[in-house]
Amino acid sequence: MAEKLLEVKNLHKYFPVKGVKGPGVQAVENVSLFINKGETLGLVGESGCGKTTLGRTILRLHEPTSGEIIYNGETIYKGEYPFERKELENGGSVLVKKNVPKAKAVDMFHMRRKMQIIFQDPAASLDPRMTVGEIIGEAIDIHGLCKTKAERSERIKELLDRVGLNTEHANRFPHEFSGGQQQRVGIARALAVEPEFIVCDEPISALDVSIQSQVVNMLEDMQQDLGLTYLFIAHDLSVVRHISSRIGVMYLGSLVELAESYELNKNPLHPYSQTLLSAVPVPDPEVSRTRQRIVLEGDIPSPMNPPSGCRFHTRCPYASEKCKQCAPEFKEHQPGHWAACHLLDK
Amino acid sequence: MSENKHLLEVEDLHVSFFTPAGEVKAVGGISYTLDEDEVMGIVGESGSGKSQEAYAIMGLLQSPGKVIGGSITFEGEDVLAKTKKEMTELRGGRAAMIFQNPMTSLNPVYTIGNQLVEALRAHDKAISKEDAAQRAMEMLTMVGINNVEQRMKQYPHELSGGMRQRVMIAMGLICHPKLLIADEPTTALDVTIQAQILELMKDLQKKTHMGIIFITHNLGVVAEICDKVCVMYAGKMVEQGPVDDIFYSPAHPYTEGLLRSMPRVDADSHERLIPIEGTPVDMLNPPEGCPFAPRCPHAMKVCLQKMPPYVELGEAHRSACWLRVQEALEKKEGKNDG
Repeated sequence: MAEKLLEVKNLHKYFPVKGVKGPGVQAVENVSLFINKGETLGLVGESGCGKTTLGRTILRLHEPTSGEIIYNGETIYKGEYPFERKELENGGSVLVKKNVPKAKAVDMFHMRRKMQIIFQDPAASLDPRMTVGEIIGEAIDIHGLCKTKAERSERIKELLDRVGLNTEHANRFPHEFSGGQQQRVGIARALAVEPEFIVCDEPISALDVSIQSQVVNMLEDMQQDLGLTYLFIAHDLSVVRHISSRIGVMYLGSLVELAESYELNKNPLHPYSQTLLSAVPVPDPEVSRTRQRIVLEGDIPSPMNPPSGCRFHTRCPYASEKCKQCAPEFKEHQPGHWAACHLLDK
Repeated sequence: MSENKHLLEVEDLHVSFFTPAGEVKAVGGISYTLDEDEVMGIVGESGSGKSQEAYAIMGLLQSPGKVIGGSITFEGEDVLAKTKKEMTELRGGRAAMIFQNPMTSLNPVYTIGNQLVEALRAHDKAISKEDAAQRAMEMLTMVGINNVEQRMKQYPHELSGGMRQRVMIAMGLICHPKLLIADEPTTALDVTIQAQILELMKDLQKKTHMGIIFITHNLGVVAEICDKVCVMYAGKMVEQGPVDDIFYSPAHPYTEGLLRSMPRVDADSHERLIPIEGTPVDMLNPPEGCPFAPRCPHAMKVCLQKMPPYVELGEAHRSACWLRVQEALEKKEGKNDG
């Protein structure tokens, strides 16, 4: 049995909005998942579905609103849900704040050595006034990982080598690099503290097509050599499908389906996953001429005011009265294959 | 009308940017033809010159960019010889363009209706305001927008990204152009919205029979919508041909590399990706010879010295690669011996 490295239970993240009563933007809604040691969990969804927020909330770069995060047996956050649903006279309902005990949370400083992140935009995430050597060295210094100067520069060299850059690159500034190289620096920075778990937040979407596969291969090599565990966030399903052992599909803050990568591809249970899969363009003219495509009507609703019941019901071709009223439960329909849809309950 | 009259003919087009750091040859000799009722894809990475080439056709090159050679013929007229006024008439009239980011190409302080009507009246001076508004509403309905009367009064920020792109398409098509240039129209959109827009464009193309140039870096989108494809690398066209030839028998190492390096969503097993090694070309100091040579696994001595000529490989399928030149020569010799 594989060992769970990270477990998330009923995680919520709401961003309050000034001048608006209630919970504000409901970016992550009741997400539960776990990640095994050494595996890659892919997370896909459209922009604004909360996948990046989920990744950052797990690292507590955003403080969660409620839920539980357990890393390697240690609870790093536990808080009660601070809202309750109140029925209105006109039949609708609103979320109203209630008092809950203060959340239990650990100091993240020592956790940062174990949990790291690679950001989407490499140019924006590297300090333009620091050399690459300083950027990588800063993490080493903060955690006091190297005792002597020689050891430190040796370590920086080793890291640059690991990500396919040259030693002399340590003295250059980020703007002197191409996008692909900048992303390599971002990866070296994350690796500097010898983490076990890395959140890869769209690490390749800003890169050119021919560079993307280089970085994907490098991430795979690193995982093999260093035994890393990834949470890989991307909107490009074909890349996620390639790199992940399991994939979670998010829609409007909620996880709608979670399954082995192959299983999800062959047998998607949730209508949204089916749509998403059929919408991905395949670089094969014959396939695109023959395959059936499900085209969704309309746009993604606002997470400020998400639809009642199942959040997908406004665009779902199979939506029924039940879907409008109550949210489906996220449960295991087949071994290792979770989904949240009323259609599957029959 | 003669048979070989094309809607658009681009001959050996050169575009350069004269920057303080030196001349950047953004487009270095591109030729192709486009007929009515045909969709051509231009694929390339960022900086490959695919957008600049399209801007040149529309006369939208920004300073310090200049067309320094070649010719562009649209419906038998020389586009490069046109005056500013004539270009203004052409743009948005017989030839229209859709841009990547609809938020920056729509004016935020005017309503959608206002902008659509303006586009129409700029080209058709005789049309009354009421008729123009009517046409604008018809166009919006055609691109799949509901409650058109209400939408006409809305501002761009009130619409979603997909909606805005639909408005841009409606605006592009409002004067019934013969040629539509779409510059990465779906890149800024989500996959489900991208699917909607692609379906819409296919549908409109069937109805209007216009010629479309579809610029993108996504080979999946190309397979979806295009009849033929131009592959660009560092300002040069490295391969050109019907969509099936490009995907099933690519004849340039760059095209091959692109196809191999892409993970496929319908793959059955986990195969390691085969990336194209190296980094994209620095356009200020492009390599001599074939621009792809420094990254090419098959590079020979000659590749580093001279740009290969185009070799015809079949109907409308050509490729600029010394490997193909070699093969062609060997074939010829074989024939002579026999």
